[in-house]
Amino acid sequence: MMRAGLSALLSHWWRHPLQLAMLLLGLSLATALWSGVQAINAEARAAYAQAASALGQDRLARLVPVDGDVLDQADYVALRRLGWAVSPVIDGTLPDTRLRILGIEPLTMPQNATLPGAPGLMSGDLAAFLAGGLAFAHPDTLASAERADQLTGLRLVPAEELPPMTLLADIGTAQRLLKMEGRVTALLLDPDHPLPGPVPANFTLVPPTSDDGLARLTDSFHLNLTAFGFLAFAVGVFIVHSAIGLAFEQRRPVFATLRALGLPASVLTLILLAELLILSLVAGTIGVALGYGVAAALLPDVAATLGGLYDAPVPGSLSLRPEWWGAGLAIAVIGTLAAAAQSLWRIWHLPILAPARPRAWALASAQSARWQLAAGGALLAMALVALGLGSGLWAGFTVLAGLLIGAALILPAILAALTGLASGLSQGVLAQWFWADTRQQLPGLSLALMALLLALATNVGVGTMVASFRSTFTGWLDQRLASELYLTTRNETEATEITAWLRPKVDAILPIVTVEAVLMGQPGDIYGVADHATYRDNWPLLDAAPGVWDDIASGRAVLINEQLARRADIGIGDSLPLPGGALPIAGIYSDYGNPSPQAMVGLRQFTARFPEVAPLRFGLRLPEDAAPALADALQSQFDLPEGTLIDQAGIKAFSLTVFDRTFTVTAALNLLTLGVAGLAMFASLITLAGIRLPQLAPVWAMGMTQRRLAALDLLRTLLLAVMTAVAALPLGLALAWVLLAVVNVEAFGWRLPLQIFPADWLRLFAASLAAAGFAALLPSLQLARRAPTDLLRVFANER
Amino acid sequence: MLLTVTDLVKSYESADGRIPVLAGVSLSLAAGQSLALTGESGSGKSTLLHLVAGLDPDFGGQIVLAGQSVADLDDAGRAALRRGTVGLVFQQFNLIPSLDVAANLAFHARLTGRHDARWTAQLAEVLGLSHLLSRYPEQLSGGQQQRVAIGRTLAARPRLVLADEPTGNLDEATGDAVLDLMLGLVAQTGTALLLVTHSPRLAARLDRTAHLRAGKIVS
Repeated sequence: MMRAGLSALLSHWWRHPLQLAMLLLGLSLATALWSGVQAINAEARAAYAQAASALGQDRLARLVPVDGDVLDQADYVALRRLGWAVSPVIDGTLPDTRLRILGIEPLTMPQNATLPGAPGLMSGDLAAFLAGGLAFAHPDTLASAERADQLTGLRLVPAEELPPMTLLADIGTAQRLLKMEGRVTALLLDPDHPLPGPVPANFTLVPPTSDDGLARLTDSFHLNLTAFGFLAFAVGVFIVHSAIGLAFEQRRPVFATLRALGLPASVLTLILLAELLILSLVAGTIGVALGYGVAAALLPDVAATLGGLYDAPVPGSLSLRPEWWGAGLAIAVIGTLAAAAQSLWRIWHLPILAPARPRAWALASAQSARWQLAAGGALLAMALVALGLGSGLWAGFTVLAGLLIGAALILPAILAALTGLASGLSQGVLAQWFWADTRQQLPGLSLALMALLLALATNVGVGTMVASFRSTFTGWLDQRLASELYLTTRNETEATEITAWLRPKVDAILPIVTVEAVLMGQPGDIYGVADHATYRDNWPLLDAAPGVWDDIASGRAVLINEQLARRADIGIGDSLPLPGGALPIAGIYSDYGNPSPQAMVGLRQFTARFPEVAPLRFGLRLPEDAAPALADALQSQFDLPEGTLIDQAGIKAFSLTVFDRTFTVTAALNLLTLGVAGLAMFASLITLAGIRLPQLAPVWAMGMTQRRLAALDLLRTLLLAVMTAVAALPLGLALAWVLLAVVNVEAFGWRLPLQIFPADWLRLFAASLAAAGFAALLPSLQLARRAPTDLLRVFANER
Repeated sequence: MLLTVTDLVKSYESADGRIPVLAGVSLSLAAGQSLALTGESGSGKSTLLHLVAGLDPDFGGQIVLAGQSVADLDDAGRAALRRGTVGLVFQQFNLIPSLDVAANLAFHARLTGRHDARWTAQLAEVLGLSHLLSRYPEQLSGGQQQRVAIGRTLAARPRLVLADEPTGNLDEATGDAVLDLMLGLVAQTGTALLLVTHSPRLAARLDRTAHLRAGKIVS
């Protein structure tokens, strides 16, 4: 019985291949975008987890110094003598590279620690490792690591267990590479040995944790990606809902026949569920495979973004992870069932004797339209409440969701009002028929138009955000990067030698000194800044006390970045605790692209507090046109390695490249979402074309040519697309405002001014018209070329 | 007796209150017999047929079909009754549009688990459908579609065929031909037939006739 029923139901799809293709394509694309984003997130999170668990920090407690970042190796020796089972670790970044150097002492490492290359070490490489001739790194890292001059003489062995851009070496080797001889950054505690006494006062015990801060830092980035993936999925589900709804309604007579022939309602529902399961698994498999392609294409840019923004080590290539294959298939099944829930409910309660009403299916009842309008209004109200009362990133996303879905739900009512108005204002009989017919098509097209609205609004919103960000960022770079040249020296001797040579040749040499520190409980940086017009005239201050630069120069105050001010909720006049004593805050500056808190003190104040930090980086002020010649002279005089001297234009170009790569993913997802919306439009139009012949045949019979009817159909679609695009504009701008003023502030800690770019809107309007035009082309051509017998059949079927 | 209907009552809710459709109908039908139900539009003919088929469970009185009281059956029981005991022929044919003629012919029998390829082929031959087996319903004329519907019903070897205006959508000559086929096959297989028709001419060709008026059998 099941087999006969299933074959009868499945046979529908073979007879309607286009409908099947639309259903599979909609679901596949939705799944692809969703699972593509999930694949990227899974890959990045796996990289963070790998970074966090290198050496087993996620399972081992550590001792770290209370003050500063490093402790003396003598402290380690003293603790060992007191019976503490500790093993020293040094963790730092190789100067002038992004290569993380991890130094360990294998003989004292706790057994729980992960030792990459352990079999090799145990079988005889240990001596080479201890002697400093051997180091391990991820195979992807080796190519770039081998180029670093500092690593000359080391035999680099591939170790898959290590995270990207990390080199594991003996502690002595690591100290030498990091120029931190005699220093360590942490002491790993052996969990098999109880602590011999209380933790000494100059140490802090850090319990085992899988969170190295990176996952937390990048959460907002991944949340943004997930939100995009979900939006694209929702647009895809609109297509699926439309295709399944029509397929169910078209088959209603078959359902009734099956029931009349003795198929119980429960068995019929089960068969339909099985059918949906088969379809969703097929589409899900295609979608996950496509998603893999999307992720593989986007991952290099995401990796570059995460590396640029957060120094997060994410590999640029994708590995197959079973969890997202499973999640991709699951979301396809869940999406299909959600899209089909209403239809299944109707079938379950189907009166056997009810006739099929595919046309009625496309016409929403006035009551459900009212419900939809009310639900839309309620969601918009929810967005307003969340905006007024909520806090945190989730409140921001609640505002976004309420705004987008609420606006989408009220769109059909707005379009109905507009077409009603146009109908009332039209004079000729043809115009009146056209608007009345357009209004009648609205319920059938509303899902596709809602999808188009979402895609366009997202494009306007995200496009405005990115363009505002870019414009602000470019201006901010001009302010921040005021020096014509930036010089990085390798050591103090070189710094002294070069600055002495430079002094008569430049207007000013501005030392750039920095130290890592905990600011209001969060890891950040303190900078020392010279008293110079470069800063006084250019530094991008958002808020400042009177005489701010005098106070900074004299060491009486501190500047903080916007992120620190927002996160710690501190402002001008508040006191900021710093190593060596608190200082009052005299100014807040914008600091885009940096996720961490930052503070700036006068150079003398900095040197007094951190005498061990020598100035190795310098900003050089000189006439702009003299910079290239000076750079050449410096190069030839001191034989500087690559990357030592960077001109302002180079840094700006690099920063803008990082910026643009950051939003490549967003732009790609924007485009794909618009593509899916265009497909939704096509699916709806091709569906409607099949069931609206009874509306067109009488007009044709009264003397309108098929060609003219087809042209009017095309025009109708374009007009509806224009109306939707016009509605999408204010929605997109509202979305941009929420992204800039709410989500960005919560996610990154800075707020950007909203700027508008009408030329971008025109381009987007043209794109939406093109998408709608392409979507309507085939159904219109079909209508123009339809055989007259098809239209005649409408009258023959009348009873 | 294969079918016994006793004091059957049925009414519908409407804005103006309850509208009685059947007001105490009683009839019976033995295996191999045929009965024509005639009457004006709205007299309750189709309603009576639907109730006997278990398509509508809401009625008063009693319907006993093949020893089972239809009122006592749940949805699954009524579905089993339609599957195994009853065969339905509709005015609108109700073929499955996505299946070809061969699959449509075999469909009910396969659903019942009584598919007999030889019997189905024989029916196709008798009904003049052998050369149309690979066509789809939309490619057939009304008369051909109704012949497929009759073949589908008889292929499942039901004990009672319920036919609701099976020739209502056909011209007179085609309708006569279809009815000839149906009566011949019913007689050949010993199946009982309850046929709803407007036409006294067609009704006269069956064993008995019951005329409904205002929800009651008047002759």
